[in-house]
Amino acid sequence: MKIAQPKNFWGGILFALIGVGFAIVARGLSFSGYILHAGYNMGVPARMGPGFFPFWLGIILVALGLVIAAMALRPAQDDEGDLAFPRFHWRPILLVLGAVVLFGVILRPAGMLIAGFVLVIVASFGSPTFRPRATVLLAVALVTFCALVFVGGLKLPIPLCPDIEAMQQFTLCRA
Amino acid sequence: MDIFSNLLLGFQTAFTLSNGLYCFVGVLLGTLIGVLPGIGPVATISMLLPATFVLPPVSALIMLAGIYYGAQYGGSTTAILVNLPGEVSSVVTCLDGYQMARKGEAGKALGIAALGSFFAGCVATVLIAAFAPPLAELALKFGPADYFSLMVVGLIAAVVLAHGSVIKAIAMIILGLLAGLIGTDVNSGVARYSFGLPELIDGLGIGTVAMGLFGFSEIMRNLEHGEERQVFTKKIRGLLPNWSDIKQAFMPVVRGTALGSMLGILPGGGPVLGSFSAYTLEKKLAKDPSRFGKGAIEGVAAPESANNAAAQTSFIPLLTLGIPSNPVMALMIGAMIIHGIQPGPQIMTAKPDLFWGMIASMWMGNALLVVLNLPLIGMWVKLLTTKYDYLFPAILIFCCIGVYSINNATMDVFMAALFGFIGYAFIKLEMEPAPLLLGFVLGPMMEENLRRALLLSRGDPMVFVERPISLTLLIVATALIVIVAAPGMAKKRKEAFQEA
Repeated sequence: MKIAQPKNFWGGILFALIGVGFAIVARGLSFSGYILHAGYNMGVPARMGPGFFPFWLGIILVALGLVIAAMALRPAQDDEGDLAFPRFHWRPILLVLGAVVLFGVILRPAGMLIAGFVLVIVASFGSPTFRPRATVLLAVALVTFCALVFVGGLKLPIPLCPDIEAMQQFTLCRA
Repeated sequence: MDIFSNLLLGFQTAFTLSNGLYCFVGVLLGTLIGVLPGIGPVATISMLLPATFVLPPVSALIMLAGIYYGAQYGGSTTAILVNLPGEVSSVVTCLDGYQMARKGEAGKALGIAALGSFFAGCVATVLIAAFAPPLAELALKFGPADYFSLMVVGLIAAVVLAHGSVIKAIAMIILGLLAGLIGTDVNSGVARYSFGLPELIDGLGIGTVAMGLFGFSEIMRNLEHGEERQVFTKKIRGLLPNWSDIKQAFMPVVRGTALGSMLGILPGGGPVLGSFSAYTLEKKLAKDPSRFGKGAIEGVAAPESANNAAAQTSFIPLLTLGIPSNPVMALMIGAMIIHGIQPGPQIMTAKPDLFWGMIASMWMGNALLVVLNLPLIGMWVKLLTTKYDYLFPAILIFCCIGVYSINNATMDVFMAALFGFIGYAFIKLEMEPAPLLLGFVLGPMMEENLRRALLLSRGDPMVFVERPISLTLLIVATALIVIVAAPGMAKKRKEAFQEA
């Protein structure tokens, strides 16, 4: 069968799957006697356990997701725009989110000066009009600005320099 | 209770040198970031949230409110000059504002937007001062069942009144409620959905979720296509509208203010609904509706006044009931909790200086917007002409540092990246992620009130229909769903949002 509105159909399925996930984790999962995941105590309405509310919310989400998916099977009215499955642009996704994750990974060991620099450089590759020299200048400027404002001015406890004994002697690093 | 003595207390709190300064800094930073295309108030506030951590609670909230107005106004500037709405509430401003800019009247459009917003802000400040106390008193009579029903109405109204598919928005809210439950359950001590990660035991931070959903995902979307911006930079002169402009815009400003103030109080109302309805109203009332969309000054004045009035009156449900009516208010609740303040009807009596100080600061913030923006528009234009290649790394690094410093946890940075991907995927599937944030804040509150209500009734669900307040609220919620599901209404609603 051909799906009339793939965008809404898969959106609905996504909701339903997330709902199933939440409901299963709340309820627990056992397979022919083996308990794979114990789940949270359901309790009774008068004494709701930690599993009660999330379980039923999960079920509602599954129901809504299935309704959305089912409605997407009917042909679209002509004013509903493009309903084809969207194209994901992986280059910006991977580079931007990758840069963010990298920032998180190296922030503690390498300090904000390096982590911030890496973040800006890597993320900039995500732009279709990337220019190396301008980007390096930008990275230096931004890192300096952040160090002055967030660490110097607002006194947020962010490590600036790499976590090495020798580096911590500089007053600048102990902001 | 005398509203004037209360306001006086508020002004005494807000007009100290330091609080005035924080309000100023907030408005300035808010405008500065809000003016950047693609960054709405939610992203702006979550980005600047950590900057308020060092401040005492009153100053922090005054600054955050200032950031909000600044971001709101900054969005309008972008709409007028670049035809790019920073957020949904300035979509209609694009229509006539950009056309005015093309005719060389950008200055006039920006000026009338600022003056209209200021007028709206003054009226809304008085309205809050007048209506908040009786509402808070009423709210103190609410039991857990009533609160639960109130949240249901609030959430339903939020999706019915917003644009887009109702069922998708409800699903998004449920997802938000579930995300809000992640972390330790206060009653049983069980760490739910933490998957053994110690960082998740305290749950997700609202700043983390908001920055991922609205900050990162927007950047990725913007990077998909190259630059298509055209800024009107050269022809900005004559910022002050002349006398005939003001005469022409005066009634639209008054009507916009009235409409915006009313719609702002409703759960789910807020700036978006206000600006759309005000634009539609003006078009209906105009002698020559064909001028709209071609640079009619009323088409800027009315929605800009309405969205500012609504932005402000949407603080009423937040400050009196502790219930957010839109994502920005959800974020404000998050900010209050971070600063150790539990929003709700008790704020007004327990912390009168905070409550009234914040209200007075709203007036001050609006006044500052006018003072600040008229001379600084040249600077905003410069900022707008900056290439996106330089802007997005800046946004990214501010977001990352912001997310990290909320808890000093690198885990939050990873979580924000995850929510960035989720937000991107949802936007791609045309599922508006904004309602998620509402659910996220209300999740634990709803569960707690449901638990208490059922505990008191010994598990009997009839408690929700036996209490008159709760019953009324549930009837309203059902009516809303029925109305919106009725075929005739569904079409009308679509038209209302499309006409503009």
